[in-house]
Amino acid sequence: MLKDITIGQYFPGDSVVHRLDPRIKIVLTFVLIISLFTASNFKGYGICALFVLVQLALSRVPIKYIFKGLRPLLIILFLTIFVNMFMVEGVVVYSLGPFDVTREGMVQAGRMATRLVFLVMGASLLTLTTSPIALTDGIEKLLNPFRRLGLPAHELAMMMTIALRFIPTLLDETDKIMKAQMARGADFESGNLLRRAKNLVPLLVPLFISAFRRADELALAMESRCYRGGRGRTRLKVLHMVGMDYFALALGGLVLVTTIVSRGW
Amino acid sequence: MEYQILMENLSFRYSEQEEMVLKDISIKVKQGEFVAVIGHNGSGKSTLAKHINALLVPVSGKIEVMGMDTRDTENVWKIRQKIGMVFQNPDNQLVATIVEEDVAFGPENQGVPAGEIRKRVDDALREVGLYEYRTHGPHLLSGGQKQRVAIAGVLAMQPDCIVLDEATAMLDPRGRQELMEIIRRLNKKEGKTIIHITHYMEEATGADRVLVMDRGRIVLEGTPSKVFSKAARLKELGLDVPRSAQLAIGLRKSGVPLPDILNEDEMVVELCRLKSRT
Repeated sequence: MLKDITIGQYFPGDSVVHRLDPRIKIVLTFVLIISLFTASNFKGYGICALFVLVQLALSRVPIKYIFKGLRPLLIILFLTIFVNMFMVEGVVVYSLGPFDVTREGMVQAGRMATRLVFLVMGASLLTLTTSPIALTDGIEKLLNPFRRLGLPAHELAMMMTIALRFIPTLLDETDKIMKAQMARGADFESGNLLRRAKNLVPLLVPLFISAFRRADELALAMESRCYRGGRGRTRLKVLHMVGMDYFALALGGLVLVTTIVSRGW
Repeated sequence: MEYQILMENLSFRYSEQEEMVLKDISIKVKQGEFVAVIGHNGSGKSTLAKHINALLVPVSGKIEVMGMDTRDTENVWKIRQKIGMVFQNPDNQLVATIVEEDVAFGPENQGVPAGEIRKRVDDALREVGLYEYRTHGPHLLSGGQKQRVAIAGVLAMQPDCIVLDEATAMLDPRGRQELMEIIRRLNKKEGKTIIHITHYMEEATGADRVLVMDRGRIVLEGTPSKVFSKAARLKELGLDVPRSAQLAIGLRKSGVPLPDILNEDEMVVELCRLKSRT
């Protein structure tokens, strides 16, 4: 049952977007975020939307995956629209009891909603088209320049890799311990919240002990294979940018510049 | 450098208050030898294995690997490159989320250039028969396959010696057999030294030499047929004798003229020979 949880939401494919350098994709996601928040009118939002939609079309990721990513956002989205519509002062368009819906409020609500939707769409596109490993590699490389400031870029990336590697293993183990404890009469499914939380103790204690033992053994195995931190390490797959990556980067730059300029339109 | 691994009066304990876990051990291993180490739980087998690649250093006595003393911290990484270790739990020694990335982990740590890593990874994966699985996640493989990935990861570092620390203990019979076949091939064809720590007696029968450990000491040493002919002593140590060896000893006692026998095949050959003589 626990095995059904999918890790990350990578959608394997071979599209132009999939093949882009992960560093570029991360940078483009940040470009999108900055653009969305600097855009001040609907022309600006239009540019951002176009940018996301073109990526989406090129990636050939089924649209339902994008909607799946948007679903958890619905509550926040409604809340934002609701609060903005009623709280912003201005020309009253419609009155609902003590609340006034204003013209400015509606504009503001529309703005916030557009920002949120395209923000999440852009971010989901990043994780949908980039494998966890490529993403980790990209983050490591992007953070590398900050190493001189004491940022442990390699260590962070290594931690992410190991976490990703052990999630399925630990899920399997949780399943096993749950079954073992259920066979001895443990009950994980009934009672109120507090009771259920208490019942999780016989699951969590063995799980933690085993995780520490695993960590210990893994450290030995890593040392046996000459691991001594990031210094002097090479990689099997070297990231290098090709024409397409530069083109994408230029496109991202263009989007950023036009949205900034569009403030004055 | 006559011996690849040379231990002289090696003793070790984990902390000062404790008793010695290894007592006065002297072993010499030549390049290309296949040495099996057997003994029941707590006999010090794994502690001994961890000395070979400098994960542990002796409290007294010394161990030299290819002429390098493990106590010298400058040698540690050179030794670990030459001595590959495969551990017991397949899940706890794979680092990466993709098979080929895991095999590349060792050479990456050594700073091997990318093109060379690619070649080594492909060769190592072909050697263990998992080339088709190179882009799989390790959690999708069976226990035996995971251990083969671990061996490939070691091979990619181009070691001279492979130490298997109960690497077959958690596998099913088929996985064990597959692993043993690979190990034997590496020993015979590539001339890699193998130090195989196990508690399955059958796996020790194929070795050049068997060491039996008990409470931190080496109590028996010799060729498999010599060691397994001492059934009474092995029983005393809480170890089993392979069934065929036991049968041969029993038959000899009741007057059948059989030599020391290690496995079923040898038994069949010897019995047929006896039959044709009568």
